[in-house]
Amino acid sequence: MTPRGLKITIKESSHAGKHAKLILDDGTVLEGDGFGSSTTVFGEIVFNTGMVGYTEALTDPSYNGQILTLTYPLVGNYGVPDPSALDADGIPKFFESDRIQARGLVVHELSLVASHWNMHMTLDEWMHGQGIPGISGLDTRALTKGLRTGGVMMAALAVSDSEIDADLVRARLAESPRYTSEQFMDAVSTKSPRSYGCGAQRAAGGGSGDGGGEKKRPIVVIDTGAKHAILRNVRSLGYGAILVPWNTPYEDVMSYDPAGVVISSGPGDPEKCKETIQTATRLMKDDVPTLGICLGAQILGLAGSARTYKLKYGHRGQNKPCTNLETGQTYVTSQNHGYGISPDSLRDSEFDLWFSNADDDTVEGIKHKSSRCIAVQFHPEASPGPYDCRFVFENLRDLIEGPGEAAGGNGGSSSNTQKTSRLQDAEEVITATAKE
Amino acid sequence: MLINPNIATIQTDTRFADKVYLLPVTPDYVSSIIEAERPDGIMLAYGGQTALNCGVKLDESGVLAKYGVRVLGTPVSGIKNTEDRQLFKDAMGGAGVPVLRSKTVTNFADAKAVAEELSYPVIIRVAYTLGGRGGGVAYNEIELHEIVERGIKASLVGQVLIEEYVGEWKQIEYEVMQDYSGNSVIVCNMENVLSMKVHTGDNIVVAPSQTIDNAEYHMLRSAALRATSYVGIVGECNIQYALAPDSDRYVAIEINPRLSRSSALASKATGYPLAYMSAKIGLGYKLSELVNRITKSTTACFEPSLDYVVCKHPRWDFAKFEMANRRLGPTMKSVGEVMAVGRTFEESLQKAIRMLDIGNDGLALNRADYTIYGHNEGGDGRAPDVEEIEERLSHHDDRILYNVAAAIKMGISTERIYKLSAIDPWFIEKIRHVVQVADRLVSNDGKGGRTGADDDNSSSSGDNSSGDNSSGSSSEVPARLMWEAKKAGFSDAQIARARQTSPDAVREWRKSMGVTPSVKQIDTLAAEWPAVTNYLYVTYGGGHDDVRLSGHDDRGIVVVGAGPYRIGSSVEFDWGTVNMVWGLQENGEKNVVVVNCNPETVSTDYDICSRLYFEELTQERLLDISDFERPKGVITCVGGQTANNLTLGAARRGVHIMGTAASDVDRAEDRSKFSAELDKLRIRQPEWQAFASMADARAFASSVGYPVIVRPSYVLSGAAMKVVWSRDELSTYVREAADVSPDHPVVISKFMLNSLEVDVDGVADGKDVVIGAIVEHIDSAGVHSGDAMMCIPPWRLSNNTVDTITEYTEKIALTFGVRGPFNLQFLVSDGQVYVIELNIRASRSMPFVSKFVRSNLIALAARAILGKPLSPIPEEKWRRTATYGIKVPQFSFMQLDGADIALGVEMQSTGEAACFGNSFYDALSKGLTSVGYNLPDSGAALVTVGGARNKEKLIPAIAKLKDLGFEIMATEHTAEFISEVVGPVRTVHKISEPDRKPNIADLLYERKIDFILNIPSTSTLEKYVGMLEDEYQIRRKALELGVPVLTTVELADSFVKTLEWLRTNKTTRDHLPPYSDGSGNR
Repeated sequence: MTPRGLKITIKESSHAGKHAKLILDDGTVLEGDGFGSSTTVFGEIVFNTGMVGYTEALTDPSYNGQILTLTYPLVGNYGVPDPSALDADGIPKFFESDRIQARGLVVHELSLVASHWNMHMTLDEWMHGQGIPGISGLDTRALTKGLRTGGVMMAALAVSDSEIDADLVRARLAESPRYTSEQFMDAVSTKSPRSYGCGAQRAAGGGSGDGGGEKKRPIVVIDTGAKHAILRNVRSLGYGAILVPWNTPYEDVMSYDPAGVVISSGPGDPEKCKETIQTATRLMKDDVPTLGICLGAQILGLAGSARTYKLKYGHRGQNKPCTNLETGQTYVTSQNHGYGISPDSLRDSEFDLWFSNADDDTVEGIKHKSSRCIAVQFHPEASPGPYDCRFVFENLRDLIEGPGEAAGGNGGSSSNTQKTSRLQDAEEVITATAKE
Repeated sequence: MLINPNIATIQTDTRFADKVYLLPVTPDYVSSIIEAERPDGIMLAYGGQTALNCGVKLDESGVLAKYGVRVLGTPVSGIKNTEDRQLFKDAMGGAGVPVLRSKTVTNFADAKAVAEELSYPVIIRVAYTLGGRGGGVAYNEIELHEIVERGIKASLVGQVLIEEYVGEWKQIEYEVMQDYSGNSVIVCNMENVLSMKVHTGDNIVVAPSQTIDNAEYHMLRSAALRATSYVGIVGECNIQYALAPDSDRYVAIEINPRLSRSSALASKATGYPLAYMSAKIGLGYKLSELVNRITKSTTACFEPSLDYVVCKHPRWDFAKFEMANRRLGPTMKSVGEVMAVGRTFEESLQKAIRMLDIGNDGLALNRADYTIYGHNEGGDGRAPDVEEIEERLSHHDDRILYNVAAAIKMGISTERIYKLSAIDPWFIEKIRHVVQVADRLVSNDGKGGRTGADDDNSSSSGDNSSGDNSSGSSSEVPARLMWEAKKAGFSDAQIARARQTSPDAVREWRKSMGVTPSVKQIDTLAAEWPAVTNYLYVTYGGGHDDVRLSGHDDRGIVVVGAGPYRIGSSVEFDWGTVNMVWGLQENGEKNVVVVNCNPETVSTDYDICSRLYFEELTQERLLDISDFERPKGVITCVGGQTANNLTLGAARRGVHIMGTAASDVDRAEDRSKFSAELDKLRIRQPEWQAFASMADARAFASSVGYPVIVRPSYVLSGAAMKVVWSRDELSTYVREAADVSPDHPVVISKFMLNSLEVDVDGVADGKDVVIGAIVEHIDSAGVHSGDAMMCIPPWRLSNNTVDTITEYTEKIALTFGVRGPFNLQFLVSDGQVYVIELNIRASRSMPFVSKFVRSNLIALAARAILGKPLSPIPEEKWRRTATYGIKVPQFSFMQLDGADIALGVEMQSTGEAACFGNSFYDALSKGLTSVGYNLPDSGAALVTVGGARNKEKLIPAIAKLKDLGFEIMATEHTAEFISEVVGPVRTVHKISEPDRKPNIADLLYERKIDFILNIPSTSTLEKYVGMLEDEYQIRRKALELGVPVLTTVELADSFVKTLEWLRTNKTTRDHLPPYSDGSGNR
């Protein structure tokens, strides 16, 4: 009665046990064990409370410029999958971008042995290959409480094979560019347009009556730091996706004759995305069906005369409750943002409040008063996190195609079966794209 | 209104409900209450499977509709969707959630086709055979052929079920909340360390899951929400999955549409009170309207994020059951569990092992080597070889993790261990780490990872890197290794064992280096929001305390709980702990702190006390908490023997024990000292002697005459206590008993046959002694007091005897300076009163006594401990009553494959019920119904009695049964004997003679026997010489078929009289009056 032929990869870490120091802007120096790459990085230190999904989080471009602390104490247990595995559209199956985006990683314990059937390498091995340092052995709970009360701040993470001179690092930290002043778009956005699944002539996944064999118009995704999951979700709606640089002018966006537009999530202060805001203004004015996600929501907000602000320590996790104010339904969402739309500013803006955070009443979604434009602060594309809000993409489809039979309620009303079918769809996406 | 006949639980104190009915949870009784009370709604999800089944029956019989009672929470249709296998399959199909595929076949050709379609391995289940025998797992056609052929023959209907085999898959559970509006969240997911092969109740469980990635986690999460939405859950439920270890294939195994053992664990693991929220949802609240009870500001419609790892470990009590099979499998065998919280898996696991209170200090470096090297079945101390260990890895028993550690020590690879055990490699590697650290502690190798303290600043870290390989044995472990060991959950005792020094020395050295634990909060959201919670744990995985105690105002009283439920220590000590907390609070104490580690208790609800430490009940941890809390004092007298055992050690290390002085507790616990005191008081006790040598023991036993009772000095519900019938048995047993408690001598005492046993529960304050009640056992002595039926008021004791017992009780309580609760046990033999033992602590029977006399003894004890005058109970309240109270034990033999149900000196029951009534039989019939006895008004009784004396004693009962119109069946000799006295009875044949008809086995299967009077010959040498195999077979088979078996003369007699009483009477159905002294009431 033994498992026969069950294959699980087991690997020991090969880049751990180094010297490491984490130095905060307020002068705190924390010493731990270094892993990954021996290097020194500077960035804004933030924390995420998700208990799984470090691969997805680390490759999320929204973490560009940041040092990520994971509050879950055991990290690296299941290793990292194969980066070269692609889905049918050529989108990496298991990663949210083509590299690790966070500048460093802070954990309580790195699993020194990792195992999983889908594992290709250990976390430290991957980070070493990507030039990213990590530190373990810290009281991450105390660190998190410090960030919660003091707010996020700049920090330096130094990992080395020899002793680290904290003073030297501190001096460099003082001179490093502040997160709030950095412009990340050039680092995270695609340099040239890329298309996914636009050649194929497919019937719409949701069985819409559109086209009848005609070539379907694509959805343009403006890449302000887009996660692959956004592309996967657009594809699963049955549309081709065209990923364009963050500063693509309105006319160029429209040159693809898009059925709709998604402005993606991404890092940094939305006000630094001037060109995207301009494009967004035109999209709304011309009533192009548009969905904004996270940073994209803030950009749309700014384009529609709302204001944005920096949160004290942001929302980063997979357990954030958001209430759809039209239906009263509350959803558990995945979030990762340090900026938000100011609730007060909505009054004089072009938007109505759509979703609200059930914990702190922050703005989680807005709807344009007249144009076909919706935006959410959370991540309906999940990865990492729950799939419960994938209906937001279906809402975009409804904006494009007109409300279908299930579209009226904007996700939920009180119908269980409707929720069920949504989740089923999400399930198919996951099994189809995330795993072989 | 609450209906629950469990007398010992805090639930049935009148504080929690407006009315408490101590009545059986059966359709008959619940209907009566509905009829009388006319409630608007009924909640079915909180009383386990019993309540659920009862609710479904009430619905089906139309009672709910007749009285317009609404089911609040998951409707009956939803319950049926999960309980009925076919409806469940259909629902999962509708929700798009895969389930196990299977098909029934009647021949090998079909079986082969099905197996190929499902792909190997497959499991073959045999239809209609007893105890699932005859099935098996086939990995190929050859194995399939063998099992199917065998199975079809064994099946009464010639059928076998071929099902996908997922025994080696991961076992993962999700706890789901859903409201009427369809809002739903996952509160917790959990992963079992042992695969699907082992029942989740017997599994070592971690929360959250550790070996699955984001895609798998959320795939199962989404499926859970779809499934619960589809079946229509309102409130809480639990869904169990099997997940392939080598792909993302999964199947849903079952949904529990109610609060379960897993929900209790999930509540404690996350700080999210599932039952509370579920009840609110049942009343119609939306999830988003409910507030997170920890933050008090954020919503309850969220998913807790943990920043620690929880480990649940089951507690088994196999040692108490002769012939019980220790193997773990699809049937749950554990009797309780503990939960440990840590910041590493190793820390959580080793903490959990200590919490079990089974004498082990962790996974390695235990007192007895066999725990790490694997138990040698032969008992010859020889270390097992590779072959033996590999065999054990593939057949789990309660020592599986020790066997994994042993395999690692032998150099068996992780891959190999995984292949044999189906334990995920990640867990094996963590066990390897524990083994490695243990080895380094022994070899004094300070090198290792760079794991240092969780530093809060650079200054403290500099010295950690120096000092490796520092000299010497003793306690001087280098700081780096000390930190690593403590982070990996090693206790001072383990480290001391490695260094051949004392735990005290290790503690001192450790503290001198600054290696001390931190106090952290369980706050449901990983510190993201400010939490005002008092729900705490202690860990070495950190360098900061989450809470600060500011000065004198925060100084409180620490109440030590009872640890895991086990045989002999169950909900009654939770009742005691909670009542002590309330008692202290009601007497003006603002800061009452609880330490306990049992997730199934109310004492570990964080809103009961000022601060809750979900922690080990070990001396080391009690001292840590004491260092942090600087309490006014510590109370160890309400947490059963586990807490009691901490008294002396803690007192010697400067902890102020409140209540009876530690030295007095020791005088009572130490048999020699206790005996000397009794001699001074001229109070008799059964002859006894402590022995150090075998020769002395034999000489003593011969002089008093066998049988004798052998037991360690510190007694816990007869742990390792045994009746020994011969010289040979004495020799083999001594080693076993010595193993349990080597720090204390083993004693033997005369076993007094055929005497009455009496319990006295009371409270004293050094001056006054208050007797709660004198409680008489219905069974004769020799049946463990925990297994005996008990009655208040006593019904066979003479006034003289009662007076003597009262006098002795007062003398003893004052002599031992009791300040708090105490329990005395007496034997009454030939009119003489003997003292068996004194427990200066809360006892098992105290809730029964308190509820019966309507005076809360623990509330009284709180006053005694605080030095306040005792409010006297009206004199002999227990005696001057028109009411009878009877406590009946609840057994779980069914779950213990092979265990014999004959009662003996070892306690075997796992719970109890008690009912009150206007007469002895009124109370007894309700009590018997409560623990599952069917009380038939006609039918057939099988009588098998060992020994002529028992036969004689049973004659009146048999005659009465015959009078009542029952058919009497008996085997040849018994039949002959009985028919001479009471007239003709039907002769039937033994199971061991299957060819002779009518045979008992057939009659049992055909349900032709309604109950069995089976009195084993316990009072003769036969019990030892060889348990009568046939009697055992009858008891076992009857049990498996759910036929009541009455195994003592007293029980049989009472049972028959109850049947007689029911002919002309109807049981009363009154609710329990609240405590008359006002304590513990709402």
